[in-house]
Amino acid sequence: MKNAARRIYIVLIFIFMYAPIATLGVLSFNASKSRAKWGGFTIKWYLSLFKNEEIMRALWNTLSIALISSVVATVVGTVSCIAIQSMKKKGRAIIIGITNIPMLNADIVTGISLMLLFIVLGIRLGFFTILLAHITFNIPYVILSVMPRMKQLNPSVYEAALDLGASHVQAFFKVIFPDILPGILSGFLMAFTMSLDDFIITYFTKGPGIDTLSTKIYTEVRKGIKPEMYALSTIIFVVVLVLLFLVNRTPKEKPAK
Amino acid sequence: MKNVLVNLEHISKTYDNHMVLDDLNLYIRENEFLTLLGPSGCGKTTTLRILGGFEQPDTGKVIFDGADITCLPANKRPLNTVFQKYALFTHMNIAENIAFGLKIKNKTKDYINDKIKYALKLVNLDGYEKRMPDSLSGGQQQRIAIARAIVNEPRLLLLDEPLGALDLKLRQDMQYELIRLKNELGITFIYVTHDQEEALTMSDTIVVMNQGYIQQIGSPERIYNEPENAFVADFIGDSNIIGGTMIQDRLVEILGARFACVDEGFGQNKPVDVVIRPEDVELVKPEAGTIQGVVSHIIFKGVHYEMEVQASGFEWLVHSTRMFPVGTPVGIQVEPFNIQIMNKPESEDEEAVKTDE
Amino acid sequence: MNKKMLSLPYLFWCAAFIIIPLCMVVYYGLTDKTGAFTLANIAAIATAEHSKALWFSLLLSLAGTIICLLLAYPLAMILSGMKVSQHSFIVLIFILPMWMNFLLRTMAWETLLEKNGIINTVLRFLHLPSLNIINTPSAIILGMVYNFLPFMVLPIYNALTKIDPNVVNAAKDLGAGSIQTFLRIIFPLSLPGVISGITMVFVPALTTFVISTLLGGSKILLIGNVIEQEFTQTGNWHLGSGLSIVLMIFILLNMVLSAIFDKEGEGATL
Repeated sequence: MKNAARRIYIVLIFIFMYAPIATLGVLSFNASKSRAKWGGFTIKWYLSLFKNEEIMRALWNTLSIALISSVVATVVGTVSCIAIQSMKKKGRAIIIGITNIPMLNADIVTGISLMLLFIVLGIRLGFFTILLAHITFNIPYVILSVMPRMKQLNPSVYEAALDLGASHVQAFFKVIFPDILPGILSGFLMAFTMSLDDFIITYFTKGPGIDTLSTKIYTEVRKGIKPEMYALSTIIFVVVLVLLFLVNRTPKEKPAK
Repeated sequence: MKNVLVNLEHISKTYDNHMVLDDLNLYIRENEFLTLLGPSGCGKTTTLRILGGFEQPDTGKVIFDGADITCLPANKRPLNTVFQKYALFTHMNIAENIAFGLKIKNKTKDYINDKIKYALKLVNLDGYEKRMPDSLSGGQQQRIAIARAIVNEPRLLLLDEPLGALDLKLRQDMQYELIRLKNELGITFIYVTHDQEEALTMSDTIVVMNQGYIQQIGSPERIYNEPENAFVADFIGDSNIIGGTMIQDRLVEILGARFACVDEGFGQNKPVDVVIRPEDVELVKPEAGTIQGVVSHIIFKGVHYEMEVQASGFEWLVHSTRMFPVGTPVGIQVEPFNIQIMNKPESEDEEAVKTDE
Repeated sequence: MNKKMLSLPYLFWCAAFIIIPLCMVVYYGLTDKTGAFTLANIAAIATAEHSKALWFSLLLSLAGTIICLLLAYPLAMILSGMKVSQHSFIVLIFILPMWMNFLLRTMAWETLLEKNGIINTVLRFLHLPSLNIINTPSAIILGMVYNFLPFMVLPIYNALTKIDPNVVNAAKDLGAGSIQTFLRIIFPLSLPGVISGITMVFVPALTTFVISTLLGGSKILLIGNVIEQEFTQTGNWHLGSGLSIVLMIFILLNMVLSAIFDKEGEGATL
């Protein structure tokens, strides 16, 4: 009885989370351009999608910004974690406090503040400014997922490596790095996801003439969204779903049950 | 003889097709300090959890003071538990922790305050009311966990490896403390541990368990001096366990030599296991010994020397205050009453344990 | 010594892209077009239009946060009580949807909620009264709950999984029933997670302008919409910054409150 109630609750939440996604999936096969009515099944949006240069360019911008910003954030974030770890309590508290600002502050304020900075410094708003903004809000995600791993490390391990003749760089890559790698990877994935899904900060730091998928969708909202967008996001979603499925499938040895 | 307080009747418990307890029967007398002793996975903690009401047995009954409490939920049972790693409520201060059970029972404020004072005094932590659990050392947290349990005046206190997380010195102090508490309070203790020394020090009765079965029940002296099988002998203290043959009553053959012993009733020419404690092996001049050998290894242990003697193809463990350098030829002698004869294990389970020990 | 130098790039980055930009917002907020000091931009919050928007934002975000909490707590309890594969479950429910663009997901609710949309079709089929909430505050609250629910569930779930099962057993052992155990032990111990969940939902809900644009029609203005318009349409940065400062005061207030309740910072990480 209790278990049944639990299951029903989970299913309801699941439906709540996935209803819009299913809707978008259905819309991507809708022959009618209007969201409101069903005009029959078609795959034409999937075909015309690849010929739509604007969408392709926005996709390219989105992916390249997400990739570059998360890579840079991962490197900077990991290196800072090493530094933070070696700091005294007070310095550590200050730097963690600053790191928390972009996480806790409203996106709109972060976006506005960066926009003001870029305009006042005379940097032309465009690809580069979006990238800088994304790196800025991505670093905290990396630090917050690497830091706990770093804290678990036994400090003697690094010293043991030095004692056995490794240089500082060798000691890091041979001993520390493998241990914190899961944290780095999850930080990277988190940063990539956040960058991909971001709209608000991109919206304020982008200039005219450049669009990511998010900002493109936002400008299209009033005119009516092109069905190719549904097709594209359905493709992205299915690809990620399959990837996740494969990752979960392979290595884990769980007791057969 | 004191009254029986708790009776476990035909208790069985299975997890995921793995038999943890198999038809366990055990009774505990009032005011007894009873220890469940065994290696991890032997079923001792499960037994305790069934008593506490955190686990339901598949079959069998738990009888408490004549009443069947098998189906009674944990919060209705007239007993309390001291958990592994203390399980203090970290969001409450010490006084609130201790008062928890009393507040649930709607006791008056004055009564609760008196009890807190009394309990803190009992565990030697007066004045700690306002401290938070995190600010206390492991030993202090342990005392609070005990205080929190005993203010409820349970007739039975269950302790699940309560000293496991403490260091050696503290553990020894706490052992005396527990014995003192038990005597002052006059309640029954059931104590779970895998530490044989702890069990020998504190208990009135030890229950040695392995793989869901009770191996032996008895006083510490009996368990140590007269282990009933190889598992018990091996688990409690160091021992030499040697396969032998019972020639006749009071005569056993080990490693080709005949030793006089005091056991009777095993039959004639019967294969048996022989247990000899290392402190009971006497090293003498080669010609005076029943068996001759050579000292192969020696370590100084403080109170005694620990030596290994190769004799008749067996490596004897010997504790002695006399030192024999490595390479010394020696004779081995054992007093008849120091030789303990045991039947060979019958079940496969017991055999299995010896090998993965 | 050597290692601490490694923090220099990040410190520089923080100064350039976090601290200085925030100072600029404050500077713009406290000056007028001639550069003279003024509190007018902040006082502007008191005008009828702005204070109404702020009041509305507070109301909706509060409602959204409370609904999130009510939905999330039981879910987190169920998840933490599950024995197998909680992790992949959480990924499935919360992380995976993020890969579908958030604007599109929110928009899809419009399709679902429309007069002749899917939900109403189903309701009609079941002979239930239809649901006309599109372009109303209720739709905005729904959008907030939908978008921010994960930020409530994850910290609570984390806090709940950290509770030692023996602590719960100890409460039962001392005589507490299920309800008492929940009220006196489980809930207080999960409080850090609840607090950080509230922070993480309340701030984005309070400041959103996208959800109100997408689901509220153009009728409903939240404080986020006002600020956005000042920057992208009216072009009055000073007023926009001034209102942002007001917004930040609320965010700060929220953070201080959560810091008081969550002394150990347990729920701080996602």
